[in-house]
Amino acid sequence: MINVTNLRKTYGDFTAVNNISFEVQKGEIFGFLGPNGAGKTSTINMMIGLSRPTAGEIFINGIDVRKQTKKAQSIMGIVADESNLYNEMDGFENLCFCAALYGMEKDEREVKARHLLEEFGLKDAAKRSFKAYSKGMKRKLTIAAALIHSPEILFLDEPTTGIDVESSRQIRKRIKALKEQGTTVFLTTHYIEEAERLCDRIAFIAKGQIVASGTVTELMDSVSHGHVIRFVTSKFAENLTAELQSNFEGSIATIQSDNTMIMKSEERIPLLPVMNFLHDKGIDVYEATELRPSLEDVFVKLTGIESSVLKRDEKKGGRK
Amino acid sequence: MRSRIAFWNILKKDIKNYYLKPPNISWGIIFPLSWTLMQLIRSPGENVLKLLPGLMAMSVLFGTTSMLAVTITFERSGRSFERLLLAPISINVLVLAKIAGTVLFGIFNAFVPIIFASFFKDLRGVNFGIILPTVFMIAVSSALMGLLIAVSAKQVFEAQTFSNFFRFPMLFLCGLFVPISDLPVFLRPISYLLPLTYGADILKGAVTGVNTLSPTLSFGMLILFSVVLFLISRHNINRKWIL
Ligand SMILES: Nc1ncnc2c1ncn2[C@@H]1O[C@H](COP(=O)(O)OP(=O)(O)OP(=O)(O)O)[C@@H](O)[C@H]1O
Ligand SMILES: [Mg+2]
Repeated sequence: MINVTNLRKTYGDFTAVNNISFEVQKGEIFGFLGPNGAGKTSTINMMIGLSRPTAGEIFINGIDVRKQTKKAQSIMGIVADESNLYNEMDGFENLCFCAALYGMEKDEREVKARHLLEEFGLKDAAKRSFKAYSKGMKRKLTIAAALIHSPEILFLDEPTTGIDVESSRQIRKRIKALKEQGTTVFLTTHYIEEAERLCDRIAFIAKGQIVASGTVTELMDSVSHGHVIRFVTSKFAENLTAELQSNFEGSIATIQSDNTMIMKSEERIPLLPVMNFLHDKGIDVYEATELRPSLEDVFVKLTGIESSVLKRDEKKGGRK
Repeated sequence: MRSRIAFWNILKKDIKNYYLKPPNISWGIIFPLSWTLMQLIRSPGENVLKLLPGLMAMSVLFGTTSMLAVTITFERSGRSFERLLLAPISINVLVLAKIAGTVLFGIFNAFVPIIFASFFKDLRGVNFGIILPTVFMIAVSSALMGLLIAVSAKQVFEAQTFSNFFRFPMLFLCGLFVPISDLPVFLRPISYLLPLTYGADILKGAVTGVNTLSPTLSFGMLILFSVVLFLISRHNINRKWIL
């Protein structure tokens, strides 16, 4: 659906996007995850034809965006990083106007506008002027406006930045629903959790370059970490670590506290033998959890950027 | 088809959101009115007809150049203008749609002094068949100047300043208030570089029957100016707004 090759963008002697290449498949949600200034907006602007690439190629559904910009734009829905509708018009008028820009007839425009207002929970605000909308409502209407002509592909630049948890959740739900209907989605974000929850595939972007890309699982696997299991037990087991290590070859056991012990191994660790071993020593096992690195750990490791540089979705943060 | 719908809706939106707003409407009426009154008070015996071409030209100029420059700069700063650039319509259609509203507004403004004058004078001698297309072409060329200003301005106040920078010297140099033959020699070539000079001359002829230049040549010049301004604007939009 999207094929980008060796894309570059320079402003004077500053390189904002440095030779990036990637592909997005039809019906997938693809996300660019990166800190401020990474080059996310610069890339998206070139893909939608709002800015000219210094070098490289962009094909959308086989259409060369650089040569047939208008043809490509007719199948795109575009959500800019700011909610940029017309302040002096109400919600319904805004949607109808956007529909007209894509050549939709009056009846069709109005039916679709009403439908989208309903879908985005903005029915009651249809007759209120855009400037009276809250930030979250503005964001939702802006996304609705991008969907008015039923685009095959949707571009979203930081869809949930500056939006509260509940609105963000609703927006993510809508994006997922779109994917179910077959829309291809390209989005940028600096929320790790958002990328992880929403995207089928993610590209880490930093300083204008793609550092790594793939599914969440692929990205996790690209950083070798072995297997780590944490046992919560009934009592202290320090004197047992050496014995455990000799019984379970290749593993390293460490005591974390009075009743937790960590076992690490390159191979997967079978649980039952360990539990039986401890049981024979009169130790009850209450809990055994596999500790996985978070996507955040992977991001930090691959990009060398501290995750605090990315704004985190505080309320939902935390690792699994 | 798509372009027709887009064109029409951009025009409708601009008329509703900008040109029909009370401050703009009243500006379009009050400005020409107060000018006419001022001229009449200053020289009470003067023939209102002699003032008419100048008033019309001025009303068009004031209703178009800065209106378009300001509204576009305003939409650019709120970034809603990006929608127009990203819509699947050509820049030609976009430019035509944006200037269409301004041109209509300019024509409306031009007829305020005419209506006003009709209370004082018998206007049957005035050639409206010439006035209408001329007012139209003055409005088109002035609107395109506004567009050119919009492409250069970053903020609304900048657009205002640039507009004034253009339109006041233009009024002075176009031959309406000071005949071009009375201007210092070094300013005269500049007069002939201004579209308003040609428009004003046709209007003068249509109202008073006295032309300085050939109306056909003048009309041709107005068209030429409009085409050139259109091409420059389109080029600049491509170069400056699609980075
Ligand atoms: N028009 C421009 N002129 C000069 N430099 C620019 C321009 N646009 C972007 N840049 C620079 O390019 C770099 C990448 O900017 P970009 O907006 O693409 O980043 P981003 O990943 O979208 O960041 P953010 O999360 O802040 O939106 C930045 O350093 C920015 O300053
Ligand atoms: Mg950005």
